[in-house]
Amino acid sequence: MSKPLIIALSKGRILQETLPLLAEAGIEPLEDLGGSRKLLFDTSVDGVKLIVIRATDVPTYVQLGAADLGVAGKDVLLEHGAKGLYEPLDLEISRCRLMTAGVAGTPPEHARRRVATKFVNIAKRYYASQGIQAEVIKLYGAMELAPLMNLADEIVDIVDTGNTLRANGMEPRELISEISTRLVVNKASMTMHHQRLKPLVARLRAAVEARRVDQEARS
Amino acid sequence: MTMADRWLLPDGIDEVLPPLALRMESLRRALLDLYHRWGYDLVVPPPVEFLDSLLTGTGSDLELQTFKLTDQASGRMMGLSADVTPQVARMDAHSLRRPGPSRLCYCANALRATADQYQGGRNPVQLGLELFGHSGIDADLEIVRLALESLYLAGATDVHLAFGHIGIYRVLTEAAGLDAALERDLFEAIERKAYTEIDALLEEAEIDASLRHMLARLPRLHGGLEVITEAREAFVDMPEEISAQLEQFEHLARRIGAEHPEVELYFDLAELRGYQYHTGVVFAAYVPGYGQALVKGGRYDDTGRAFGRSRPATGCSMELKLLAGLREQLPPCDGIWAPAGENGELEAVVAKLRAAGERVVQALPGQVTGPLDHRCNRRLERIDGEWRCVPLDA
Repeated sequence: MSKPLIIALSKGRILQETLPLLAEAGIEPLEDLGGSRKLLFDTSVDGVKLIVIRATDVPTYVQLGAADLGVAGKDVLLEHGAKGLYEPLDLEISRCRLMTAGVAGTPPEHARRRVATKFVNIAKRYYASQGIQAEVIKLYGAMELAPLMNLADEIVDIVDTGNTLRANGMEPRELISEISTRLVVNKASMTMHHQRLKPLVARLRAAVEARRVDQEARS
Repeated sequence: MTMADRWLLPDGIDEVLPPLALRMESLRRALLDLYHRWGYDLVVPPPVEFLDSLLTGTGSDLELQTFKLTDQASGRMMGLSADVTPQVARMDAHSLRRPGPSRLCYCANALRATADQYQGGRNPVQLGLELFGHSGIDADLEIVRLALESLYLAGATDVHLAFGHIGIYRVLTEAAGLDAALERDLFEAIERKAYTEIDALLEEAEIDASLRHMLARLPRLHGGLEVITEAREAFVDMPEEISAQLEQFEHLARRIGAEHPEVELYFDLAELRGYQYHTGVVFAAYVPGYGQALVKGGRYDDTGRAFGRSRPATGCSMELKLLAGLREQLPPCDGIWAPAGENGELEAVVAKLRAAGERVVQALPGQVTGPLDHRCNRRLERIDGEWRCVPLDA
């Protein structure tokens, strides 16, 4: 058997939603991912292995060919730039929205708008496209705090239900992008291993489509 | 600046140390000799040129990559060469003006404003060849054959060749007459093979149903030779040009397949790398263990028009540091150690050995390092009144 295909999975909430989908496509880790100190996991498919890494690292691993495939949120891909990656499949899981938000009823205070976010590149591009001069402040968490502490006028963040925002007296404002989880593929891998990769992508696509049909039947 | 960071190099800038430097240099010579044997003439482009000539017809990617400075003498903007190809195109169109096909090769240090983690960081050593003045597929074939020869010379095995054709996408989008914004979005989605987005974009485009179908199929047509057959079926009512372009693919596949049956061929009809300047067949060579292409090339017709002479052109380039790393290098321990001291007789022996191509390291007075530190496996010793070359342990 030639070199195994490596799938890089994003840690955290995405992982919990990715594993069942992989299982439906017939790809199951041979041991519990959470209960091990191992970093590289065998799967039920011969020659396919999994690694579990930070979501923001997935595009880097795949772009540089350290992993052949990856599962990453569109938000992470947009922020990374993800040039030179294929993005052949929307896995339709971990759906949310990337939005601007601010304190409810409070217009931006600074002439040069201050924006707190962990999505620095997306925020810069978005505000520039709106013709707004923005000062982007990089934060690593608890974005909602920034406007309340007068660190920023607005934030750019992932909005799921909007409950965290409302609990802090904030409101979602503009939609930047609909987000869902994507399958990404390294270009060199696609070239060299297309005979193994294409069927794998097709299996995942079938699993996604089966879910969609299932959901439509239920609604 | 503290003592601690004086040694630091700028981001993305690297130096080459022994033994890789020696390997790089011998590979450079071997490759340029190879191209010489195929009739390619060496040119040495300048490290800096006026921006106007560096950036003609190359697109915005190269502009971002080019370091710029002002020429105090003329007041004009200059750029440091970030990609040698446009310079060689200028040399062909303006400096040489040869009749008929012109074959040129080069090896030059480029500088890039943004680092490419794979291809030499910010200071790649770009080595390449260009064939101007012939628009036929045979010229492309010659470049592909030389790209393969180059990889084999560098020690690559298990080479995968990926072919694309910029022309097919161009013909289809021109026929569809998409508006600029939509075309930009579609291009960007096709580059990523983001099928859901591609289908959604085509859905909203007001175009002919068969064209829509063909544009949707295009990014899905990638894989082995079977792709070309699939393409013929998918594009039954295709514009004639596409049929000709598919024939070019078949021709390439047949010839390369016959000559190099060991090479894996891959076709991607929606490969759009270098869309801003490529016009026809494009190719890239991959080797397992490398996450990106080692050689990239393709056709870029109509080059040189800005310099007064439009020429068909095809070529390829590679990064020498990357290529030199293909084969692991153990520093050779093959030298001859000569003792220190002034001695006319000894020097004559040393000169003779050096003339015969031997590496002779002569000790300096008081030197504490020995022959093995200087990678010598033999030494000169005076035996029976004569200088003899003997193994170290003798």
